[in-house]
Amino acid sequence: MNMELSRRTLLKGAGVGLAGTALGAFGFGGIEAAYADAIRAFKLVGTTETRNTCPYCSVACGVIMYSKGDLTKGEKAEITHIEGDVDHPTNRGTLCPKGAALLDFVKSETRLTKPRIRKPGADKFEDISWNDALDRIARLMKDDRDANFEAQNQDGVTVNRWKTTGFLAASASTNETAFLTYKVVRSTGILAFDNQARV
Amino acid sequence: MTNSWTDIKNTDLVIIMGGNAAEAHPCGFKWVTEAKANRGAKLIVVDPRFTRSASVADFYAPIRQGTDIAFILGLINYCIQNDKVHWDYVKAFTNATYLVKDGFSFKDGLFSGYDESKREYDKSSWDYQIGEDGFVMVDDTLSNPRCVWNLLKEHVSVYTPEMVERICGTPKDKYLKVAEMVAETSSPTKTMTSMYALGWTQHSKGSQNIRSMAMLQLILGNIGMRGGGMNALRGHSNIQGLTDIGLMSNLIPGYLTIPTQKEVDFATYMSTRGFKPLRPDQMSYWQNYKKFFVSFQKSMWGDEAQPWNDFAYDWLPKLDVPAYDVLRAFELMHQGKMNGYVCQGFNPLLSFPNRKKCTDALSKLKFLVTMDPLDTETARFWENHGEYNDVDPSQIQTEVIQLPSTCFAEDDGSLVNSGRWLQWHWAGGTPPGEAQRDTWIMAQIWKRLKALYEKEDGPLPDPILKVRWPYADPDDPKADEIAREINGYAIEAVYDPTDPTKVLVEKGKQLASFGQLRDDGTTSCGCWIYTGCFTEDGNNMARRDNSDPDEAGFYSKWAFSWPANRRILYNRASADMNGQPWDPSRKVIAWNGTKWEGYDVPDIAPTAKPDVVGPFIMNPEGTARLFTRTMMKDGPFPAHYEPFESPIANPVAPNVKGNPAARVFEGDMAQFGEAEKFPYAATSYRLTEHFHFWTKHVQPNAVMQPEFFVEISEQLAEEKGIKQGGWVKVMSNRGEVKAKAVVTKRIKPLQCDGKTVHIVGVPLHWGFTGVAKKGLGPNTLTPFVGDANIETPEYKAFLVDIAPLTEPVS
Ligand code: SF4
Repeated sequence: MNMELSRRTLLKGAGVGLAGTALGAFGFGGIEAAYADAIRAFKLVGTTETRNTCPYCSVACGVIMYSKGDLTKGEKAEITHIEGDVDHPTNRGTLCPKGAALLDFVKSETRLTKPRIRKPGADKFEDISWNDALDRIARLMKDDRDANFEAQNQDGVTVNRWKTTGFLAASASTNETAFLTYKVVRSTGILAFDNQARV
Repeated sequence: MTNSWTDIKNTDLVIIMGGNAAEAHPCGFKWVTEAKANRGAKLIVVDPRFTRSASVADFYAPIRQGTDIAFILGLINYCIQNDKVHWDYVKAFTNATYLVKDGFSFKDGLFSGYDESKREYDKSSWDYQIGEDGFVMVDDTLSNPRCVWNLLKEHVSVYTPEMVERICGTPKDKYLKVAEMVAETSSPTKTMTSMYALGWTQHSKGSQNIRSMAMLQLILGNIGMRGGGMNALRGHSNIQGLTDIGLMSNLIPGYLTIPTQKEVDFATYMSTRGFKPLRPDQMSYWQNYKKFFVSFQKSMWGDEAQPWNDFAYDWLPKLDVPAYDVLRAFELMHQGKMNGYVCQGFNPLLSFPNRKKCTDALSKLKFLVTMDPLDTETARFWENHGEYNDVDPSQIQTEVIQLPSTCFAEDDGSLVNSGRWLQWHWAGGTPPGEAQRDTWIMAQIWKRLKALYEKEDGPLPDPILKVRWPYADPDDPKADEIAREINGYAIEAVYDPTDPTKVLVEKGKQLASFGQLRDDGTTSCGCWIYTGCFTEDGNNMARRDNSDPDEAGFYSKWAFSWPANRRILYNRASADMNGQPWDPSRKVIAWNGTKWEGYDVPDIAPTAKPDVVGPFIMNPEGTARLFTRTMMKDGPFPAHYEPFESPIANPVAPNVKGNPAARVFEGDMAQFGEAEKFPYAATSYRLTEHFHFWTKHVQPNAVMQPEFFVEISEQLAEEKGIKQGGWVKVMSNRGEVKAKAVVTKRIKPLQCDGKTVHIVGVPLHWGFTGVAKKGLGPNTLTPFVGDANIETPEYKAFLVDIAPLTEPVS
């Protein structure tokens, strides 16, 4: 069974064995480990640690997010600090100027908080409920699919495609989002399906 | 990457060309520093700009953007001329000895079979001679003039150091120094690693840039080795994963392909996917294609995919053109043939070339949906922002729905890093306001579409209605449920093919490896290359054991690496014909007389004899291809072509403009600019303080690099009367931008074919939303043309003019 080990657990549990791991290379053998642990504990009092990876470039540096509140206990959690994960083999705790400012990405003023709609010809967005927005999207998609779905081409070959609506996937969503998206998009017959691999 | 970030520490020589890892991948670049400090490795940087990677290089050589193929084919020529070839490797592990059809030729910059009116090749002559035994004919002595090696030798002979200097502007003495350093790694005990990124891909011949280096690496024997390989530094955190899972018009997860309309039924589709071995005893692993495909169809449609309906083959859409890549999608939009568009993340208004065309295209849509954590320019393409988005909203009839999504910190799941490691991450924060996870949003859209089709009727509703949806809460599928589905499971018990009484996987259990997949519908698997990521042992992507035996750099118990937790692809090639490591100090795997073992999961059947089965098991040859048959649209060998907008004519093929096999849409051809009017060679690039268009929303990054600028040399500044920090206008045939000028020594004019070529650098991080200053970027200027093979836009080489602005700009 694989489980997430917090660094504190790892350091405590692995104290004597450290010389054989990457951590050994940092000089965190025996006593240093306990010492580092003691310092950390001070800073971490009252926060929840969660492991994540930097969402920017493909180095995928390990990060630790500290939050007030614990999502796994059903609480509201506010992230208060993000730093490099020293256990991570690739970045070993370091972060670049992008990763080092991740907290301000999470909390940026221009994070979106509500669905919005811009009507044809309008010069501003208006708020819309999730329910109405999603109903509207499904309606627009179905109307376009119904009007333009091509079951057969001119040679009578079954082609079952929908070419008048496209779907552009991203570059930082998870594999799990990607697969669910694949299922939903392909099942409709959309062909103009692409991602951000090239730009 | 064929190797991993941590493996870079094992190298002797790093060549950074087509990338700038110190600035764009800083924490990965640390492994270059590690190799330099601990192994005495050297770093070569080849770039039009003296980047921060160059500033810590042992050797820097300038190059004109868009001429990398000439540079690398010149290196291949140098290695051949100076006998710097890893001969045993080349003869045994590449197709150097294979004979090519007599009809194949290359003349005046064109391969045999070119049709100018279609801008396409008839590729029938680009193939091997097949013998009576059905296998490729070979000449182990390399004396037959039609063998790949001799054809290659002839093909690269034009790229002499003098010709490279003429084309690339790299001074001959500097070029020869690079050649000498690179050629040394032909020794079996020396390796070189190639680190590249968008500086190679964003060209009309991007794929061939990379192929050129891959060929060089094969000739030097550096593929499969620790500290070797072809290492694509992917730009974004999960672009590897999104591509692996096939979110592209012509892909099915795991690099399977969507059928074309010529493949009228499943049997026809499979008939070209048999991948019969081309040499005796080879694995040709794609022979298992049907297992991967059928298991995917089972994961899509479950019980609906049955042998009697060809596993729902008809439910997949059929392509009528090679691909609906983003350039084609925006071309169709521009022609009014696309009504709806959904952007899940992504910011095409700033990301796609020829911004004006993008704005016009989006304006013709009936509806646009965006899902993003941030307020993107694309979602507001209809809003007037003065010179930064000069549109009239009243004239734009597109309905836009903007949906707020979570960011990484509020979502669970896996991302694939550049080294193919699938790393799991956990949500730690509550999303702001009403922001929702993408998985929830997609489930909600599907649920509503399904409800509409249940109620209203419409064309072919079944593929939508009957999608396999095995989630505990159908309204909100969880990441671990989907991860299990991607890994795959046994629908029925899976038996050992050599002993039908032996059950390998019990019914309902997670599969342990893709070797357990079946083509009869008894297994389900979303993406075969990921099988092993979530097994009966649990979520292997969440593994956090950072031990590294002998400090070899593998970290095999950290997360999961596709395929099969293998950390170095083609690692069989790290050992000789007897299965012993070329370099004993850098063993990856070795043959112990009965099987392969070592630090890594062998990239070969564990008991495949070293002198029989070739290391490139995905190829029907069992070897790697120096000559790539019909796999590429623009030639079985790379050849130098100028960018579509170039300051000089092609010195080796003066009559050929751009890449002759690249697709160009009608209106876009007319929009290419000429050097008389736009004399300077421009290129786009990124800054270390910013990530794409995201971090202009992030205060500290916006403070560090607050505003758009362009970078030019002191010489050009002097010529044009441009002052450091003064305002300039940069113009292409498609648009113009205003910016402050940064005059540096980092860019120097080059001498190419007797002409002085000035370079203009245009970084890309600004727009009109976020907290940084508003600005334009390279996509206002760049041409609407992509790579011949995969349509990556030509962002790295285009023509501009530049002029100082006398009027102060507010
Ligand atoms: S911290 Fe920097 S180097 Fe690391 S993943 Fe993020 S952007 Fe890349």
